[in-house]
Amino acid sequence: MSEAKLDLLQGTLDLMVLQTLAAIGPLHGYGIARRIEQVSGDAVLLNQGTIYASLVRLQQKGWISGEWGTSDNNRKAKFYCITRTGRKQLSADAAYWQRLTSVMGRVLALGTGAHQK
Amino acid sequence: MIARLRQSIQRFLAFFRAPAYDHDLETEMATHIELAIEENLRRGLSSAEARRQALVQFGGPQQSREQHREARSFSLLDEILQDLRYTLRTLRKDRSFTIIALMILALGIGANTAVFSVVNTLLLRPLPFPDSHQLVWIAPPPSSCGLSCATYSADAYEGFRDQSFAYQGVTGYEAFSTPDNLRLTGRGEPVPATGIDVISNFFQVLGVQPAKGRLFTADEGRGGPHPVALLSDAYWRRQFNADPAIVGKGIELSGTLVTVVGVLPPSFDFGAVFSPGAKVDLFTPLSLDQQRNWGNIVTLIGRLKPGVTTAQALGDAERVAPNLYFNTKYPQTLGRYKGALIPVPLKDYVTGKLHNSLIALWCAVGAILLIAGVNLSNLLLARAAARGKEFALRGALGANRGRLIRQLLLESLLLSGAGAALGLVLALGLILWLAHQGSLALPLLSSLRVDTQALAWTALIAFVTAIIFGLLPGLRTAAGNLVEVLKDSGPGAGLGRKHERLRSTLVISEVALACMLLVSAGLLLRSFLKVLDVDLGFEPDRAASIKVEYDDSAPTGEGSQTKRGVIFQEILERVGAVPGVEAAGMADYLPLGPNRSWDTPVPQGKTFDPGQVPEPLVYIVTPGFFRAMGIRLHGRDFAWSDGPRSERVVVINESAARAYWPGEDAVNKILMRGNEQDRVIAVVEDVHEEHVESGAGSQVYYPVTQQGPNGAQLVVRSRMQPSALAGSILRTLRELNAKQPAAEFRPIRMLVDRAVSPRRFFMLLVAAFAGLGLLLAALGIYGVISYAVARQTREFGIRMVLGATPALVQRIVLANTLKLAGIGIAVGAVASGVCAQIITSLLFHTAPSDPPTFLAVILLLVSVAVIAGYFPALRATRIQPATSLRCD
Repeated sequence: MSEAKLDLLQGTLDLMVLQTLAAIGPLHGYGIARRIEQVSGDAVLLNQGTIYASLVRLQQKGWISGEWGTSDNNRKAKFYCITRTGRKQLSADAAYWQRLTSVMGRVLALGTGAHQK
Repeated sequence: MIARLRQSIQRFLAFFRAPAYDHDLETEMATHIELAIEENLRRGLSSAEARRQALVQFGGPQQSREQHREARSFSLLDEILQDLRYTLRTLRKDRSFTIIALMILALGIGANTAVFSVVNTLLLRPLPFPDSHQLVWIAPPPSSCGLSCATYSADAYEGFRDQSFAYQGVTGYEAFSTPDNLRLTGRGEPVPATGIDVISNFFQVLGVQPAKGRLFTADEGRGGPHPVALLSDAYWRRQFNADPAIVGKGIELSGTLVTVVGVLPPSFDFGAVFSPGAKVDLFTPLSLDQQRNWGNIVTLIGRLKPGVTTAQALGDAERVAPNLYFNTKYPQTLGRYKGALIPVPLKDYVTGKLHNSLIALWCAVGAILLIAGVNLSNLLLARAAARGKEFALRGALGANRGRLIRQLLLESLLLSGAGAALGLVLALGLILWLAHQGSLALPLLSSLRVDTQALAWTALIAFVTAIIFGLLPGLRTAAGNLVEVLKDSGPGAGLGRKHERLRSTLVISEVALACMLLVSAGLLLRSFLKVLDVDLGFEPDRAASIKVEYDDSAPTGEGSQTKRGVIFQEILERVGAVPGVEAAGMADYLPLGPNRSWDTPVPQGKTFDPGQVPEPLVYIVTPGFFRAMGIRLHGRDFAWSDGPRSERVVVINESAARAYWPGEDAVNKILMRGNEQDRVIAVVEDVHEEHVESGAGSQVYYPVTQQGPNGAQLVVRSRMQPSALAGSILRTLRELNAKQPAAEFRPIRMLVDRAVSPRRFFMLLVAAFAGLGLLLAALGIYGVISYAVARQTREFGIRMVLGATPALVQRIVLANTLKLAGIGIAVGAVASGVCAQIITSLLFHTAPSDPPTFLAVILLLVSVAVIAGYFPALRATRIQPATSLRCD
């Protein structure tokens, strides 16, 4: 796995986490991971453990905040919610992502089966 | 952008909060798994399967821990911390290496810090006065008539002050006071004190603020009815127990009641700046009016107006000089100071003479650092050779080269950091000791300290040493070919040989550097011995002096001369009767101290071109003085019968005799002083009056019974140690005059010692550094030869099996040693030749190519090399062939 791909995945995961928190509100790590899996229809093969690196990164950037609380089953869990700067970042990133996918879609539409490896 | 910055800060902080972060992560992960298991159970899986699936979905927990750590913090910091721990562990394990390396570094860096502090204080740092760059010392070019030709009359001072445009203020002090010239009375036993008369604006011009009270007023400089004094901080503390209410109190000085108007700040040390090695207790205002007819008495110090350069000040002085009178009462003295008013920055006056010595010292200590660094490199290389396999293995296991180099660098940084800390302790001790060497005639010594600049310098050299001398072996080691090293099963091939070549080069350069240091130290030592050998014109051993108080209250002229004659004769008779005293005499000034000149006597019947007449130094002495000082005399000594009414007599020195009557015997000739005829009754040897190292000019001696002396120094020559006589002589003086203070009994040798103390100081320091360099070089040789012997164990084993005797093996090892030393000495001798040329100005009667010095240094280095190589050679002869072939 080369570094360029990792970067892309990393960015993608961060965006997914932000979007999930923006849409649903405070969630703990497990909840976020499950939600992403469900939404993607289990199409994303997510090692759930990687979510925590993403969470600490987003937290240090100040885009999400975390607070200790109690889960449904009375366990100590950290609940994350998106901050105001996080929301701004999300809308910027989402717009960027949409432009990129639309451009990628158009570019890839030029191609033929020969390029599908 | 803000997010990025925020993240960086958080990541940096996270490094220090790692345990908290880890704990949070563990809790979150545990909850995560529990939640996953519960969900799986709800989906109807068995508990074992539920757990298994949860773990699979989660992925590797260790992996997520690492991802987490990488995301939240800088991994570099973690790695460095790891390396640091590892390094500390290895250093602790290799204790003897660590101790030796630390010692070498501590000595090298400590010596550098100490010398830097000295250089910084004396050369780099400005003088301890505000805007000290504006201060200038105004003096004539150097001449042979001593202090009198370096000072100015009261009229000249006033003329210069009033007519110059360049200065904010001009001031000066009376240059002719001698130590212990006052006595503090009215408090039990009289205690000697040293006072200096300063022009009333002295402290204002220097910019010194009083710690207590006030400075002098202009009125007090006009000889007001109430005498006042300012105390130095040290004197106030020592003599008056730091009395907080001293200001306004009266003290009795030599019988006069004087009011203390203030105390000077501790930062002001007159002796440190103007008169190295002397301590001044108190200051009194100089009354110019009273001194007007006394000739040249004050030094000149000026504070330039802002923006005025020294060159401009010189131009200004040249304009003013022709308008100055020596004494306004005598119009013919107009223009006496033409060409004799040269302003130089005060700093140059104070430390300029030391410039070359200090630079030489700095170079010497730099060489020590180089040797220490080379030694460190050598030790690290030896270690690296032993650890070559460890590194190769780590390399094979995935550590990259950068990381290995980083770790070696860290190791040398750690070593040099710790070495610097130890060195700093050494330097602090040395500097503290130096700052309290009152007898050392070096300026500004008392303000010596290790300041922030010295700390920064220490840090810098420690860092540079670590990088340069640590990186070299680091690169060597890390560059090693993996396969080669791992294949290299015995310490006998490949990398080992390359290492050895590098180490040999290092040792050669060490020997060469040590050679340069030793030659320099040797030349300075020879110079110092030559200085001690100088015929001073008097015999400094077994003689001592003490300042004598006497009743000087008689009217001037004949009456006072007669009265003084009686008093002095009695003193000398009583002192001469003290058991052990061989000879006793008195003079107002002693050699190698302050001095003065008067007038310009001329031989009867001769005329000199103006400017060609010698201006002799004048001494007023008693009969017996020449014998007490050990000054050889041709003719007759003064006698008590040479009174005010008998024929005027004079004794002149050889230089004066040559100048006045070249090629003739001066005895019985007449010397004219104005209309006064003085018969020359004897010619004495030239006495070194100012410096041990410079020659003597003209000197004349008058008897106390015909001229007025400026105080009296009793000189006693004895068969025993002068100190043994101190008590009985002081008792005798007290019996004659109850006011005699307990003045110090100074061996005459001390005057000489003080005069040569700067040379001794520099010589000792350079010699100490040379010794250190020699020791380090010997260590280097020993290390390399030991290593070579260890490497050749098998070779020697085979040779011995084939019939080589232990003696042959020993010869081989010693030959190797001598080859290294020989190359080093050859390179060093050439470099020393260059080095010696550079320090020529510091040498005294010693050629820079002085063969005995070079020869002695070469012999010394060869013998040290042989000793350093002898122990490994001995080890080589003890090799058991059977064992050596079996090893590895």
